[in-house]
Amino acid sequence: MTMNTATATHTVNLTVNGQPVRGEAEARLLLSDFLRHELGLTGTHVGCEHGVCGACTVLLDGEPVRSCLLLAVQADGHAVTTVEGLAPAAGKGGALHPLQEAFRDAHGLQCGFCTPGFLLTLAPFLAANPNPSEDEVRHAISGNLCRCTGYQHIVDATLLAARRLREATTDAR
Amino acid sequence: MKPAPFVYEAPDSLDAALTVLAAYADDAKVLAGGQSLIPVLNFRLAQPTRLIDLNRVPELDFVRLDDDGNLRLGAMTRQKTLEQDPRVGRHVPLLGEAVPWIAHPQIRNRGTVGGSLAHADPAAELPALAIALNARFLLRSTSGERWVDASEFYIGLFATALAPDELLIEIDLPPQPAGGWAFLEEARRHGDYAQVGVAALLGLDPQGQVRHARLVYLSAGDTPIDATAAAALLVGQRPSTEAFAAVAHEAAERAVQPVDDIHASAAFKRHLTRVLTERALAIALARARASANAPDRSLS
Repeated sequence: MTMNTATATHTVNLTVNGQPVRGEAEARLLLSDFLRHELGLTGTHVGCEHGVCGACTVLLDGEPVRSCLLLAVQADGHAVTTVEGLAPAAGKGGALHPLQEAFRDAHGLQCGFCTPGFLLTLAPFLAANPNPSEDEVRHAISGNLCRCTGYQHIVDATLLAARRLREATTDAR
Repeated sequence: MKPAPFVYEAPDSLDAALTVLAAYADDAKVLAGGQSLIPVLNFRLAQPTRLIDLNRVPELDFVRLDDDGNLRLGAMTRQKTLEQDPRVGRHVPLLGEAVPWIAHPQIRNRGTVGGSLAHADPAAELPALAIALNARFLLRSTSGERWVDASEFYIGLFATALAPDELLIEIDLPPQPAGGWAFLEEARRHGDYAQVGVAALLGLDPQGQVRHARLVYLSAGDTPIDATAAAALLVGQRPSTEAFAAVAHEAAERAVQPVDDIHASAAFKRHLTRVLTERALAIALARARASANAPDRSLS
């Protein structure tokens, strides 16, 4: 048993994008850095490191949180979803998540730095609000900053994704 | 910018947490939601040698209604629980109205009631609300426990009555006084830190005159500002635009102690104090009159 010192590493067991994962982390290692450097999941981006920009947003047990404000050791025993988990088969010819397709079709990104954070904020938002107004979308994204787009196309993409998801649900009946 | 090394403790019971806190009180920080503390660690504004994580202590996360109709909140109750639990909106609607103003949903998914109250950021909503609602805080250490009124808890900038070996474990909220309420906050963008905010309560007597009034401000000084002198101007008066303007003037000129910061100048904060006070009192008055015309809430 290793001594609990300030530089001791802790074993972290968690589920990431549906798969069990184990890693080692000093207590001070942020979840954002654990995901990026220990697990190689660089889709989660690091912006402000104080919780205001939203670039680091991931899902913890299904809910959007700031991964820069969580220690990796705190995720032990929990389930994390990163942007890579939105469309796990996309890299092998599978479909993108409807939100990702809508962002592409409505030009909802330019440099793409903020995009993973937006997607992980919006995926649970649309699941809970399948028919949002433009105002509700703007309200929902107020915790995510974008320096490129001016937000209009992000809003358009969200409304487009919402409409497509509703139509898919209707078609499936 | 990454945190400096620290020893990490994750006790799985309140007693274990208090024991380790007692042993290392002088240089340990307590981790609740982390939405205020981890930024501090990330910027190395604090470099505690020990971090005591309360997120594995199950007995601190609860919402209970006691036999007196008081709402009891465990300190580790997530802020989003206050938004979702219907008992909050029913028994303390002022709190229910204010919680969506706390930062963003992503922050409220992790941020806790006790963490915000103990951190004592002058721009935070919960400390001002606790004072306005006559909340009491249960503080415990390995030596015992004590209740402290919210109105006595905030003693300076980020400074509270908590002893180094004490944890805030529970918040006791009496039922909101009958009448009206309003919570208003002004920020540059939705979810930003408040430039100024106000929690207002207003009650009328059967003749329509003001029976009680309470105004507590955030982002208006080193601690929440309970504008008792300004609110007292209303008691016994008929509510009117002129009376509200006089109260707003008193609050803006004499009650609040704003300083310039990156969000707003002191002068602009005084201006916002005056404007938000008038608006909040008008909303509270409309609600007070509506509830006077409605069936008595205590019978439902």
